[in-house]
This record gives sequence, structure tokens and C-alpha cells, in this order.
Amino acid sequence: MTLALRTLRLIAFRSYARADLDVGANVIALAGPNGAGKTNILEAVSLLAPGRGLRRAQPTDFARTQAGVGWSVTATLDTPTDPTLLWTGAEPEQRRTAKRDEKTVSVLSLGRIARILWLTPALDRVFAEGPAERRRFLDRIALSFAPEHAEHASRYEKAMRDRNRLLKDGISDPRWMSALEAQLVEAGMGMAAGRRTALAGLLAAQDEESAFPRADAVLEGEFEEETPDAETYRARLFDARPRDGLAGRTLFGPHRSDLAVRYAAKDTPASACSTGEQKALLVSLILANARALTAQTSAPPILLLDEIAAHFDAGRRALLFAEIETLGAQAWMTGTEWALFEALGSSAQRFTVKEDEAGSVVEPA
Amino acid sequence: MNSNQTGDEIQRLIDLLAKLPGLGPRSGRRAALHLIKKRDLLLEPLARAMAEVADKVTECAVCGAVDTRDPCSICCDPERKADAICVVEEAGDLWALERTGAFKGRYHVLGGVLSALDGVGPEDLRIPELAQRASDPAITEIVLALNATVDGQTTAYYIADALEGSNVSVSGLAQGVPVGGELDYLDDGTISAAFRQRKTF
Ligand SMILES: [Zn+2]
Repeated sequence: MTLALRTLRLIAFRSYARADLDVGANVIALAGPNGAGKTNILEAVSLLAPGRGLRRAQPTDFARTQAGVGWSVTATLDTPTDPTLLWTGAEPEQRRTAKRDEKTVSVLSLGRIARILWLTPALDRVFAEGPAERRRFLDRIALSFAPEHAEHASRYEKAMRDRNRLLKDGISDPRWMSALEAQLVEAGMGMAAGRRTALAGLLAAQDEESAFPRADAVLEGEFEEETPDAETYRARLFDARPRDGLAGRTLFGPHRSDLAVRYAAKDTPASACSTGEQKALLVSLILANARALTAQTSAPPILLLDEIAAHFDAGRRALLFAEIETLGAQAWMTGTEWALFEALGSSAQRFTVKEDEAGSVVEPA
Repeated sequence: MNSNQTGDEIQRLIDLLAKLPGLGPRSGRRAALHLIKKRDLLLEPLARAMAEVADKVTECAVCGAVDTRDPCSICCDPERKADAICVVEEAGDLWALERTGAFKGRYHVLGGVLSALDGVGPEDLRIPELAQRASDPAITEIVLALNATVDGQTTAYYIADALEGSNVSVSGLAQGVPVGGELDYLDDGTISAAFRQRKTF
């Protein structure tokens, strides 16, 4: 049972005019100087799942040149059922589309084929930053378990923005308000349930044997303390109209929840831990996410670990590589020098990434 | 192509054709060329058909449908069930439903859906007219065939709420319509199935 890329082709994507990778291994290491184009490869893989990719980029950022040609990413993928040919790309100024085995499919449906998790340096500060970043972190995890989580989240966002507009404009139409609140409650209940299920699954999948620290995590906030049923939630919004009207926005709901993470063994909030400890907690959570998904879908997800080794010493790096190997997931890792990957076994596949006049070049090391 | 290569009249035709949905400057030129080649068979009949529609097209005062007669052909059709009204967002949705033959009653075209962000409120839609029609004792069922988008479902909820207390049963299209799917893009089979499994609000 496996989920793994076997070939990857980039055309006019970011710094690449073209790149072709034949992948035979489960662990792939990409090394090269900063800015050479390593992360672009990981980003290309991340676009085989729905969404904006691991950089949360704007749709226009993917194309290599401003005008002219469109970009594309093509991959052959071993899945637990069949080998699959996935394609995603966009014509200039167009939305990205997707094809499976040369038939057009919705980008959203990619989530049911390729489960892909990632850890990037942008997440290093997730515990120190505002709750919005942590909600997004948790929503990505929830989405990995249940692709429909994206639908709940976007419907919730839309209904809330409409309700906020009525509040801001001082439009007092109780019937319209009730209609929006009904949508808000339906999507909000789905979103909150998705987050709770994901978090429970994540915590249960933490491995006591792991070299990475166990995290305690709870959802916090007024909504989480009350965990209202749909009827109570609706009554709550109804009653809050005058207060929300003064604020010009919706003050109660899962959009105000926060994910509080603690370093279990030290009983310390993650935000108070050292940078290295925070990174270790993140690795612990993503490995737990991968283990839980493996149990759910019978194949481990693909892992994209950007600059993963930077905060760890040689001993920790060796333990990380060993856990990835045990997991059996295909893992794509980047680093600035080969020394970081010294502990990788000979079965790992190594690519060098460099930049020349024509753009980025990736080739077997 | 610039106006030096053809007379202004042909260029005007090309520019207008290029504005049609699915066409662009290139296909506009191809369409114009095709029409000119088939002057008797296409160009002149098309010009006459367009002039006639432009002259006669109107909105049905009863249901809001687009037709050349008012009340429209569906509202006037005695074969149509007189006790059921199907509420749709746009005339295009009415045509999509008619294609399937799933519904035998009459329609009500709202002319849009509620959207606070786009500034579309209840007064911009034909909701009072619908309430008026629903108060006719002959009407017993209202089917809300609105999109599964947040705006579509907000509007459905609003209408169901507004009709509460009148003696009609209000139902919505079943879950068969994919979330976020737009009615006009669904295939006939999906629409018919959603119609058969409609649910009371
Ligand atoms: Zn009519």
C-alpha cells in the first residue's frame, strides 16, 4: 500500500522552464543553495492537492513568465488502487484546472486522490503568531482527514462576510439575517466538528516511542467552551445581533477559536519553548497527522518537508529520517547542503538543484 | 484585423459577434465569414430573427420569464399544472429545467439571489410577486430550485420563511445537487433526480 510520485514534470513553473524527475525511492533529498529553486519543486508537488499550495501563493505567481505561456505540473502517482496520471496547470490569467488520467476533474477532487502534508519554515512561528495562523494550521490538518472541510470553511467565511456586511451597513432585516445565520450555523457546525475530529485523531496518533516530543493541544475560545448544538448556536447569534451590530462583525463562532499547544513533558506553552523545541513539536504533530491518515486511508500521505533539518543537530536528524522510514511515507526534503542528509540511507534518492542563465535546473546528484 | 481590410459594417459585425459568450475576436471573425458565405441560408434569416426578437422580447408580468408574449407561453399553457410553482434564479435556470421535463407546473424567476456583499437585497428580487402568487388558494406547492451556493440557499431560506403561514408546501431540491454547483451546468439526469427527491423545508 503506497502513495508515491513516480515521475514529476514541471513546465514554465516558477524558476523552471522545464524539469523532469524520475523518482524511484521513498525518500527524496533536494540540495542546493538558497534561491536555487528547491522549494519550487515541493510547491509543485503540493499543487497536486487542492488549494493554493505550500506557499499559499496567488494564482498568478506560478507562471514562469508574466506574459505568454501557461504553467503545468504533471505527475504519475502510485496509489493504493491504481497508478494515476495527475495534471494541474493554468493558461495565462486563467484559474488552475486539473486532470486525472487526461480527463478534467475539479481541483477540489484532487484532495480525494493525493493526501499531501507539508511543513515549511513559514510555520516555524505558528505558535508565537496570532490565532488565525493556528486556525489555518489546524484547518489544513482537518482538510487532510476530510476534504469536505474546505467546503465548510469557505461557506462559513462567505456567510459570515455577508452577515458582517448587513451589520456594518445597519440593514435591519430580521428575515435576511436569520437566513444568513442558518447558513452560518450549518457551515460552522461542520467546520467545528471537523476540527475537533482532526485534533482528537492527531493527539491519539502521537507515538510515545517517538524521538519527537508529545504535544498537548486543545481548542480554546468561547465557542469551544460552549460547544453549542445547532439550535443553541442559532439562538446565540440571534441574541447577539445588537452587540454584533455595534461591533460591525460577528463576535461568536468557530472563527474566533484558537489552538493552544503545550510541550507535554515540560508542561510549557509551545510559544514559550525554544525555536528548536517548537520545530520538534511541529514535526511531532505532522508525523502524528501522517500516522493517523495512514490508519484512515491505508496508505501514508506524501510529506513535503522544506528546510526540515535546519533546526536539528545530527542526532535528531538521524532520528527524524528513521521515523519517516518507519512510517513508509514518500518524503520530499530540502536542505542547503548534503551534510544535512548524511544520516540518510543509500536508498534515498538525491537531487542537486542549481540555477543557471536559463533558470533552475534539477538533476540526480 | 483592422478596419482597413474590411468596411466598417463588417468590422462592426465582427466586434459584436466577438462579444457573444464563448466567442472572442478570432471566432468572431470566423462566425462573420461563415454568415457572409451563407448569406441566404443564415445571414438574412438570422438578421430577421434577431430583429423580431428585439422587437417583441419581454418579461412575463406573472413569472418574470423571458418570452415574446406576456403572459409567457408557459403561464398561458393550459396543459401545465396550475397548483405548483418552481422558483429559479435566472431565466437560464428555467430553460435548464425545461430541458429535463422534470417539472410540469409553472415558474417564478427571481432575477438573482440575495447577496449582502454584492448589494442585492430582497427588494431587488421578485419576492413580493411570489408571495402574491402563493396567496392564490389554487397554489399548493412551491419548489425552490435554487443553487447550492451560500447565496442560493440563503435566498431559499428567506423565501421559505416569508411563505410560512400561507397554505403552500415549500420544498427545496434534494441533496443530489453538488454543493456549490450551479444549476445551469448540471446534466439533465442530475437535475431530474434532484427534482424527484425534493425535500420539504
Ligand atoms: Zn410567465
